[in-house]
Amino acid sequence: MIREAMEMPPKGGFSFDLCKRNDMLVKKGLKEPSFLKTGTTIVGLIFKDGVILGADTRATEGPIVADKNCEKIHYMAPNIYCCGAGTAADTEAVTGTHNFCSLSRCNQHVPFYFICLFSANFILQWLFLDMVSSQLKLHRYHTGRESRVVTALSLLKSHLFSYQGYVSAALVLGGVDVTGPHLHTIYPHGSTDTLPFATMGSGSLAAMAVFESKYREGLTRDEGVKLVSEAICSGIFNDLGSGSNVDICVITQGEKEYLRNHMLPNPRTYISEKGYSFSKKTEVLRTKITPLREMVEVIEGGDAMEE
Amino acid sequence: MDVSTGDIDAPHSMGTTIIGVTYNGGVVLGADSRTSTGMYVANRASDKITKLTDNVYLCRSGSAADSQIVSDYVRYFLHQHTIQLGQPSTVKVAANLVRLLSYNNKNMLQTGLIIGGWDKYEGGKIYGIPLGGTILEQPFAIGGSGSSYLYGFFDQAWKEGMTQEEAEQLVVKAVSLAIARDGASGGVVRTVTINSEGVTRKFYPCDKLPLWHEELEPQNSLLDILSAGIPDPMVS
Repeated sequence: MIREAMEMPPKGGFSFDLCKRNDMLVKKGLKEPSFLKTGTTIVGLIFKDGVILGADTRATEGPIVADKNCEKIHYMAPNIYCCGAGTAADTEAVTGTHNFCSLSRCNQHVPFYFICLFSANFILQWLFLDMVSSQLKLHRYHTGRESRVVTALSLLKSHLFSYQGYVSAALVLGGVDVTGPHLHTIYPHGSTDTLPFATMGSGSLAAMAVFESKYREGLTRDEGVKLVSEAICSGIFNDLGSGSNVDICVITQGEKEYLRNHMLPNPRTYISEKGYSFSKKTEVLRTKITPLREMVEVIEGGDAMEE
Repeated sequence: MDVSTGDIDAPHSMGTTIIGVTYNGGVVLGADSRTSTGMYVANRASDKITKLTDNVYLCRSGSAADSQIVSDYVRYFLHQHTIQLGQPSTVKVAANLVRLLSYNNKNMLQTGLIIGGWDKYEGGKIYGIPLGGTILEQPFAIGGSGSSYLYGFFDQAWKEGMTQEEAEQLVVKAVSLAIARDGASGGVVRTVTINSEGVTRKFYPCDKLPLWHEELEPQNSLLDILSAGIPDPMVS
């Protein structure tokens, strides 16, 4: 009977087998490993010539700011970018950034064995790093054409729907393709909306208030960037889950501008005069350097092979 | 932190009022435009009437994700069916495809749908497919959370053999009545009229809708009301 169970083909989706055991462990007093959430304010708007996306740069782990300057605007295709709110691992894994920094950031406070123990409930997707942006690239090779925003939308939507909301990624997808500029929001359960301006994340109410009062059709590039910065700042200053700097990405027909840290409204103002280095306590007696890799010289020569 | 943002992590659902009405020569479909996540309005101008084929449209209510996925699948199947059949599909086939998906996945889906369309065999038809996957062919159908407030209204106001204008007016009036009383419905009213000539989409923003009991005129700012010197703006 056990052998039969082992021979079953692996089913897709999450395995929730360990949930009851996890609950029991938590009741006994074991602390659940925390996961990195992007509290976030992410926005997008359509202006005269294209799309502008904006995001804050704070990544939180409960009440602690884990990363003061993370990147929330992810690359999908040369003409399509996607902002992500929700669990940092999920948004990156779903949109497909193979950033080493993001991997190490996800691993930071969650040692690997905890992942094995506490599966299921924690939606850690780094096994699926090749997601939508890779699928889009393959699609570009197959079709020989520039990717369309609705393609990215369908791929993201069907992935999120199949996980029934357990992949906690809320996305703002924007880009310009042959059919024009497009802006979409995608919710963790897989539903989408197409809008001229959109906000997502914990700071979305603050940012939406700015958009609803100041947005109009046919904004110029500078007006659009200014409005997006204002909306993100509103999220940064009024929402606890958002903070630090403003990232902007302007996408127009045929070109894109990624303005990383376009605004830095939270500079570090106090620097201790004493300095932050540690004082030397022990004296160095001897230094020996052992190279791990030896350089070997190959001398060409000898007789060539002849038949 | 999460509690103060009012449940933004709640699933995206459409509070909704959706209506489908047959008239002499076609059908009129109508819906509000509010999509809510918990207590926050995620989209105040959503389009809940989606196209399945040139002559069949679908009104969606319930979980936004579920209804979007169902409509995508049915559009795909109907497209194949149209190619195989060699002519536009009938409304009955479209409705039954929706019903099969709804019924066979009833444990996992949470969506109430109204299919309306026109074909050359039966003319204008409305099919209601509520939560469990029942299919009901009806002269008019209402659905969504706002529909609770319209049962009595339709019993009194609906009649056989209306003209296109009468049917459209009825639908707009009904949706605006539901919007006035249901918190989960709001925004603008969208209608789609389908008949032998084709499809017409209409859009009624808030200022074009009739005002009901104790509703105020749309205002730019409450400061205008106060400075206008009206004794008590909250009492009409």
